Amino acid sequence: MDRRTTLKWMFTAAATVPSLRFGITSAWAGEAAARDVAADQAGYGTDPDLMKEWKSGGPWPLTLTENARATAKALCDLIIPADDVSPAASSVGVVDFIDEWISAPYPQQRGDRPVVLNGLLWIEAESQKRFGQSFPALSEAQRAQIADDLCSPAKAKPEFADAVKFFSKFRDLTAGGFYTTPVGMNDIGYRGNVPLTSFEGPPLEALKKAGLA
Amino acid sequence: MSFIQSTQADKNTYDVIVVGSGAAGGQTAYTLAMEGARVLMLEAGRKYEPASETPMMQVNSQAPLRGAGTPEKPFGFWDATIDGGWDVPGEPYTSASEDPERQFRWWRARMLGGRTNHWGRISLRNGPYDFKPHTRDGLGFDWPMNYQDLAPYYDKVEMLIGVYGENDGLENTPNSPAGVLLPAPKPLVSDLLFKKHAAKVGVPTIAGHRAVLTTRLDHKRLPALLHPGNTKAQKILAADMQKRSACIFATPCGRGCSIRANYQSTTVHLPPALDTGNLDIVTDAMVRAVTKRADGKAEGVVYIDRKTGTEHRVRARIVVLAASALESVRILLNSGVANSSGKVGKYIMDTVGAGLSGQVPLLENMPLHNEDGVDGLHMYTPWWLYKEQLAGKLGFARGYHIEFGGGRDMPGMGIASGLEWLNGGTYGKKFKEDARRYYGSFFYMTGRGEMIPNEDCYAELDPTVKDKFGIPVLRFHWKWSQHELGQAAHMEKTFADILDVMGGRYARKPQAGNKAIKQGGVIIHEVGGAIMGTDPKKSVTNSFGQCWDMKNLFITDGATLCSNADKNPTLTIMALAWRSADHMLSLMKKKEL
Repeated sequence: MDRRTTLKWMFTAAATVPSLRFGITSAWAGEAAARDVAADQAGYGTDPDLMKEWKSGGPWPLTLTENARATAKALCDLIIPADDVSPAASSVGVVDFIDEWISAPYPQQRGDRPVVLNGLLWIEAESQKRFGQSFPALSEAQRAQIADDLCSPAKAKPEFADAVKFFSKFRDLTAGGFYTTPVGMNDIGYRGNVPLTSFEGPPLEALKKAGLA
Repeated sequence: MSFIQSTQADKNTYDVIVVGSGAAGGQTAYTLAMEGARVLMLEAGRKYEPASETPMMQVNSQAPLRGAGTPEKPFGFWDATIDGGWDVPGEPYTSASEDPERQFRWWRARMLGGRTNHWGRISLRNGPYDFKPHTRDGLGFDWPMNYQDLAPYYDKVEMLIGVYGENDGLENTPNSPAGVLLPAPKPLVSDLLFKKHAAKVGVPTIAGHRAVLTTRLDHKRLPALLHPGNTKAQKILAADMQKRSACIFATPCGRGCSIRANYQSTTVHLPPALDTGNLDIVTDAMVRAVTKRADGKAEGVVYIDRKTGTEHRVRARIVVLAASALESVRILLNSGVANSSGKVGKYIMDTVGAGLSGQVPLLENMPLHNEDGVDGLHMYTPWWLYKEQLAGKLGFARGYHIEFGGGRDMPGMGIASGLEWLNGGTYGKKFKEDARRYYGSFFYMTGRGEMIPNEDCYAELDPTVKDKFGIPVLRFHWKWSQHELGQAAHMEKTFADILDVMGGRYARKPQAGNKAIKQGGVIIHEVGGAIMGTDPKKSVTNSFGQCWDMKNLFITDGATLCSNADKNPTLTIMALAWRSADHMLSLMKKKEL
């Protein structure tokens, strides 16, 4: 990636960064939620090897601190916990994925980065404020109390507006990270990606369900 | 003959130089090489081998960012496009206006086979009206040919590449002769749901047409129909058809296909053409200009070897530009040839695009089943309001078709995103239940409509900007007319009506035309810029893509299209290219060239 492209992307990203005014300092004794992303960090290029197995941390370094990862893990698993069908989000690499996403050198991800980092700091500060403990150390009920204030954009109190935007973004990233894995695809009901010798169309019960048979 | 280096190409002699290796270049080189002409193909991008480079069966969690699009891979990580997209590093283009509504976007690829490696494979024939639009409504330009002139070539292309579909005989939606089309795939639940409910508002639904092998090609019957009297070509083609597999109903076509079950130039045109021994290919060859002989005819082309930076000149009896419509325009403008009409760069068109999507409760909580199918357009809606339109009842002059779909596709990053408008916003076990409930219940409709050529849409050389090779770049001028804006508004209104009868919910209301319409170029159906015609003062080429001013210079890509019917242009480009190549062969045989 040449310098001009980098600057163009950064400009695009800057234009999309929402203003976040949490007005708090880090709950981790002044520690940032992530290491800096290099301004000239390259992406995977316009001709990446499509046949290799790509892993989070491969194309560019991950940047979340251990504390921030712990908070992210607790939040992922609050959004997508284990149930009868599938395990919790963090068990299939969703924390690594979110770290990969917010550490990526592209405009959309550079735009999401401050939303996620400030949001994780806010969650941590809010946990300390309400319960005197770090978010990962809270009980399920205590975490739910915070999440209940943030999960519904229509019902949330105005004072939580920025945190609600963060929660929605984090939920989208968690869902995207989870449901794209084989475990998540199976959970959501995707039954494709199977080589077939013929395609027989939908089963009768599916047509009946839609009022077509 | 095969893949060769620039230094070797310099020494050889050829009958024809073909610039470009996509749908137009592939078809032109195929026809010429199969019929015995010695061809040199120049491709600006790198060599590409679908058999070893196509990510078959990979899932999104194996890709960076779960496969989401980025500026380096705008259609997602697995998309086949190499070194391309809306921006090609070091190879800019410019827009004359700062106003986004008057800007043009240009998708390019720099790879063997060009954009055929990733395209949607939708293969619709122009109908009889589409060749005589000016006669019909007084707008735009008539083609210097009619449907009957091109029909035999549509037949040939469909038989060669393999197109599924059915013959429904609807107005201006031609049938193919018996034995040409492959069986259409079975419809999905969402297709049948659309068909049932759209009929209530008078919108018809028929089988889609795409270049995907739902069954294997008949290698015993087809070669003799495609190359009558040419036993060598028949034998080569029969052997190659047997190497193409039928679709396995898995892996999106946009990734390309390692088993050659859909059409891309690299898997259908180039292998048999290379097997003839008549085709040489130089990749990484960026053509700058057509060179001219003392007698005014084309001598050859000058190109820059991307790997060494050195300039090379090659010569032939005929030069064919098939670099994609606008890249061919750029080469013509940089050559300063074939432009006594002043029409090079004029009348560029894209397809009108607008869409609406929603959520359909009838599709919630479906019994689990595999809906990958052939990856799109099992069914579609051809334009259906010809009579009302001709009677002036619609307020815009040309039609559109509808591409639609729902279905239980392989989950990508958007899956289960933004469900708040449906469920209020949940988390935990409830969120997982919601994700299952809503997955597969979303439905989209997108219109693809005809744009009428106008004086405000053209390309010229930018007076100052050059690419990294020092070649002047294109600067675009763009303005939709009221016909396109009216059509886009009609699309969204119609889609909302259909969604209503399906019992669907939409996240946003239909919009005014200038808000609904996609930016110029975004549908990636750009054509025109060197239009064909009957008058050398008003057009650049004749119906064979042969330049009026330079008889041995041909254009076989979309640049010659003088109208852009709603039917996606690639099939028509291939049919025109085959017809042009036949004409070149006949002129060479008669020693006229």
